[in-house]
Amino acid sequence: MKSIDAKLVVLGSQGVGKTSVVVRYVSNTFNGHLSPTIGASFFTCKMMVDNYRLRIQVWDTAGQERFRAMAPMYYRKSNAAILVYDITSLESFDDMKSWVQELQKNTDGDLAMCVFGNKCDLEDQREVDNNLALQFAASIGARHFQVSALSSEGLKLEKLI
Amino acid sequence: MAAEISNDSPSDEILQGSEPGASRNSMLLATDSYDDLASYLSDTNLSSDRDRLSSGSISEITHPTETESFDPKSVISEEVGPEVVENEINEQLENSLDVSASPVDEPAALATSDSDTVTERIGLDTPTSQLSELSTDHSQPEACTGNNSDEQEEEVEYVHSQEWRQHRKHVFILSQSGKPIYSRHGDEDRLVTLMGVMQALVSVIGDGQDLLRCITAGSHKMVFLIRENLVLVAAARSIESMPQLLLQLTYVYNQVLSVLTLSQLSRIFKQRRNYDLRRLLTGAEKFFDNLLNTMDRDPCFFLGAVRCLPLESSMRDTIAQSIAQNAKVKDLVFAILIADNQLITLVRMKKYFLHPLDLHLIFNLVSASESFKAAESWTPICLPKFDSGGYLHAHISYMDEECRSCLLLLTVDRDVFFTLSECKEKIRERLVKYKCLAAIAESVDQNGYKTSQVGIPELRHFLYKSRSAAQFSCPEYEAPYHTADQRDRLFGLYQFLHHRIHSSSRPLKILFHVGSHETLLGWVTSGFELYAVFGPLVTKSAAINSVNKLLKWIKKEEDRFFILNSPTF
Repeated sequence: MKSIDAKLVVLGSQGVGKTSVVVRYVSNTFNGHLSPTIGASFFTCKMMVDNYRLRIQVWDTAGQERFRAMAPMYYRKSNAAILVYDITSLESFDDMKSWVQELQKNTDGDLAMCVFGNKCDLEDQREVDNNLALQFAASIGARHFQVSALSSEGLKLEKLI
Repeated sequence: MAAEISNDSPSDEILQGSEPGASRNSMLLATDSYDDLASYLSDTNLSSDRDRLSSGSISEITHPTETESFDPKSVISEEVGPEVVENEINEQLENSLDVSASPVDEPAALATSDSDTVTERIGLDTPTSQLSELSTDHSQPEACTGNNSDEQEEEVEYVHSQEWRQHRKHVFILSQSGKPIYSRHGDEDRLVTLMGVMQALVSVIGDGQDLLRCITAGSHKMVFLIRENLVLVAAARSIESMPQLLLQLTYVYNQVLSVLTLSQLSRIFKQRRNYDLRRLLTGAEKFFDNLLNTMDRDPCFFLGAVRCLPLESSMRDTIAQSIAQNAKVKDLVFAILIADNQLITLVRMKKYFLHPLDLHLIFNLVSASESFKAAESWTPICLPKFDSGGYLHAHISYMDEECRSCLLLLTVDRDVFFTLSECKEKIRERLVKYKCLAAIAESVDQNGYKTSQVGIPELRHFLYKSRSAAQFSCPEYEAPYHTADQRDRLFGLYQFLHHRIHSSSRPLKILFHVGSHETLLGWVTSGFELYAVFGPLVTKSAAINSVNKLLKWIKKEEDRFFILNSPTF
């Protein structure tokens, strides 16, 4: 059996739930009182995919503007990026687009991208149209998932790469 | 009388260098933040005239009772009977509890009484502008487009609300152009006008080549700290002295630097004077909140000293060795292990020392953020006393499942996360193997030591600071100081005692103060500071005898309470 090391970076605006998504995925728990990430947090998770032993190193970055300048340090060395937005905040969706531009400009296109619309349990407060999000994801060649760290919807046994 | 005092005075019993906790080789810089502040207050950059004006008025305003009995020759002060201060403390406690009894309408006083002078002076300086225009100009340089009179009314109403006014201490940060950045209580967006007034006061006084430092209005003090880019204001109804409040503002200012660095802050405001700094500080509010709350109950700030977790010295040496041997990484400056806001050990690069103020900010970073408990983190942090111009990169991780002890590895190299992560794992293995984590857990759970262990029945509580080590020790808070109210009152007494002894107009060496609830003895030498609290009926000679016993006891325990050596990589 072969094993693969993969590096993943999670990007997005502040408060969209990047850490919650990662924590839900890695340890299947949810904490409603997580405090904002400072700098970046590092997680690892292991899984089997198609007979490969996969070890994923996850960089969960801080969304605050003052940490933006540090982001290249994390995405330059990554194989894949998860871009997270909050479906109840159009601003976070637009912000995510600027992340995509930055990634396209600064990486050689070998970075696999994937878009997460988090907080899909708050359907009644939705501001981001799902079709629009799907279109956008398709336009950058990324897959799109609607997820909820709270209810764990969309975060069970997801194949990220 | 004089002879009696010198007989009683224990000061010749202890030679300097042999006091409890004396450290010839401290890992912390032993310069006192409070002394730093005194030098700031007597800043010679000011013209002599300005200096006389400002410092003179401050000491007059803030210590009206002291000037009456001023005797420059006396270094030993004895106070029996009058309980002015204590009553004051009690009164303030009552005031803080009884909302309706709030004696001074603070925001209104600020707005009305001072606006008169502002109008006058502004009238002179800029004849075309009216105060009303000015305050809106200053307060809302950009974001005021949507602000109509309704909102302003609402804002005024908010400032007058009981809910907002009942807080004992407000702290504000605003930019030099008057933009709100932070308010301890309430939403700073609703305090735009108030901050505009503060900015106007500062700039009007500044125009006259003066520096606004303090305003007193009834029982309220408003203290201003003016820095290159920021204005910090504390408005308090408390026993704290003006220098103590100023020190707290200095901490808040340093917290801003710790998040942004001085160079970034200067660059931003150079590019755009009316930049909204909140954009860069989002998520950092909790650091300010936590810092201010801790400063209201932890004496480490006004003492300018660090508390160590009590541990057997052999155990502490093992921990330090485990860290020093397994973290031999180029450019690693400090390795710090802490638990429960107490220092376990600090290993440093040979030529660098840490200032207690910086260490307090590190404690604040760790205690204010839950996020470090979730995973290993890689965080930029600026330590203003170490280098205000740049970030250190901190690898932060908890050593145990219960998140008791937290290890920070601080480096200047931003690319060594994985190296440090490996170091951390090796360190953790060692700490488990030598049962260090168990010893730490035991000490944390024990919650320090009890006053009764000293064996002096009349002694209720004490703070002891070794000045050369910049460390302090104190017992657990037990009855009668086990309730939050009583603990606050005791904290106020310590602040009072500390302030009286360090008063710049009349510094003291020993102060014996008899109050209605307890007797206080403060004693400061070149080697240590001791603040002891006894029952109300203790005589002076009994208190001094007890203190001598106490010092012997601390000396005996010093290896456990203090870190006397200074391990390096």
